[in-house]
Amino acid sequence: MKPGLLDNRDFLAGLLFVAFGAGGFWVALSYPFGSVQQMGPGFFPRALGAILVGFGLVTMVRGLRSGVRVEGAWGWFPLAMLTVAIVAFGYLMEHVGLIPSLVVLVVASAYAGKEFRGLEVAILAAVMCAMAAGIFIWGLGLPYPLFAFEFGR
Amino acid sequence: MDVLSNLALGFGVALTLKNLAYCFLGVFLGTLIGVLPGIGPLVTIAMLLPITFGLDPVSSLIMLAGIFYGAQYGGSTTAILVNMPGEVSSAVTAIDGYQMARQGRAGPALATAAMASFVGGILSTLIVAFFGPLVGRWALEFGAAEYFSLMLMGLVFSAVLSHGDLVKALAMVVIGLLLGIVGTDVTSGLPRFSFGIPELLDGVGFTVVAVGLFAVSEIVLNLARNEKVEVFAKDVKNLMPTWADMKAAAMPTLRGTALGSFFGALPGITASVAAFSAYMLEKKLAKDPSRFGHGAIEGVAAPEAANNAAAQTHFIPTLTLGIPASAVMALMLGALTMQGIQPGPQVMTSKPELFWGLVASMFVGNVLLLVLNLPLVGLWARLTQVPYRWLFPAILVFACVGNFSLNNSAMDVYLCAAIGVLGYVFAKLDCQPAPLILGYVLGPMLEENLRRALLMSDGSFAVFVTRPISLAFLVVTALILLAMVLPGLRRRRELAVEEAAG
Repeated sequence: MKPGLLDNRDFLAGLLFVAFGAGGFWVALSYPFGSVQQMGPGFFPRALGAILVGFGLVTMVRGLRSGVRVEGAWGWFPLAMLTVAIVAFGYLMEHVGLIPSLVVLVVASAYAGKEFRGLEVAILAAVMCAMAAGIFIWGLGLPYPLFAFEFGR
Repeated sequence: MDVLSNLALGFGVALTLKNLAYCFLGVFLGTLIGVLPGIGPLVTIAMLLPITFGLDPVSSLIMLAGIFYGAQYGGSTTAILVNMPGEVSSAVTAIDGYQMARQGRAGPALATAAMASFVGGILSTLIVAFFGPLVGRWALEFGAAEYFSLMLMGLVFSAVLSHGDLVKALAMVVIGLLLGIVGTDVTSGLPRFSFGIPELLDGVGFTVVAVGLFAVSEIVLNLARNEKVEVFAKDVKNLMPTWADMKAAAMPTLRGTALGSFFGALPGITASVAAFSAYMLEKKLAKDPSRFGHGAIEGVAAPEAANNAAAQTHFIPTLTLGIPASAVMALMLGALTMQGIQPGPQVMTSKPELFWGLVASMFVGNVLLLVLNLPLVGLWARLTQVPYRWLFPAILVFACVGNFSLNNSAMDVYLCAAIGVLGYVFAKLDCQPAPLILGYVLGPMLEENLRRALLMSDGSFAVFVTRPISLAFLVVTALILLAMVLPGLRRRRELAVEEAAG
């Protein structure tokens, strides 16, 4: 039995390629194309966009023919959790300093895992803070405060 | 002798106390992190790259190279003991190495891997020392057309040799090229695909792409997977292989070195292909091929020698042509560019201490690795037992702080998260990230050389086929593509890739 479109591995891949290709082409339309002798900044990206759309269409058609399913379940929860952890870290780094940002990063990312043991995570967070402070701030001299409170800048 | 005096210069650079220390630090960190299950050389380098920004170019290159082959080495320890290779090239070692470990012969397997890597590393470094300058001199004659064709060949190679569907791999190359375009256009000064974000004017950062594409997506893949692995760390006692083991491993090591050195020098061919070919060759040559897959010592020695040899000869195209042979080399190039060095044939003449210092440091590093690994193997083995639930938050910490430090801005961290999501989706859809990263690195160079070639030829594409060297590259590229499209050969490739995956 053939999988549905949303479960069809190559169809989805091809769709993604087409989206990127078309998107790239469309954005590049606003850059001067130039000529073959004098390639403008729009020449190369438009060519690539078109090629990518071509590859994408081929992949979609082949996906429809072969009907290979996406292997395994999607790990949406760990993916979302890690993404949130990383984004939160970036945001917090600009506002509350290294240590609180790292704690949030470690705890939130550990939560994405299958086992979450409170004590272990606490120790891990402490060790990571010490290591990161030692390597990046004292070792490499990066100018980040350990703690800060800079909202509303 | 030219080479000898150059090597003397190189050792003069590599043996200074400072560079020796960085070389040691590199192989140590490389082994340490490479040994941890699920982390390969690429992620290791991407993670540690920001640490080297403060060093001078030679030291940073020496340290990065150390991290690279250290991680490669550490990866094979993990492959043997945990059967969880950090990257594809040690996956081949895992086939027979893990079986040896299950038979209680983890010690000899580890020792064989160490010695084969050492021999492969030293011999291939000699090859780099002799052939690097030749290629460099030859490359001085390259014009824009030659560079364009060569890069095209490298990109097609990388797509052909990554496993999975060829069209998808080529599409990944194109996505990489597009990603590489992001930033200010060198010729017109026009910002492209920057969407008004100032951090994007210099392009998407290297470590941002590498960490997102490899580390973040890898972590999610691992977390979503449910597998218990058996670790054989406690069984590492008798390290020494028997005399019979050594004899059995000697020739495979040399053959693996030869294959690895050759493949490593071709742009686009990764160490994993070299390791896999060496494994297949041994299987063909063996009197009793059925032993392979059940703990054949040749199956450890040959691929280990090959992947380490390839790891060293990768530096030939990378440093002499400025064309990275693999994703890891792409990171190296990125590091050099950030140091203000434009890699290419002129580096050899304008900065001899860089090339020769690196070559000499590879000798030093391989010796250090052997010293570090054989006596301490018990310690490394214990490290493979560190549970993944401690590891992945730590990887993220280094990756995130590193990315933040690129521009001291959160934007790079956000980008990394976004690319991580994309990387995971690609991985689930069986789209290989390696061709993408190569495309990303070569993108700006490819465009620039295309533009220059067409400018000089007054818009005629004939320039790519009338110049003999360029034509040769294009013919090879076309032949490879043709070979892939012909169905009989395609089936054989699928079979080969399947076997490589074990």
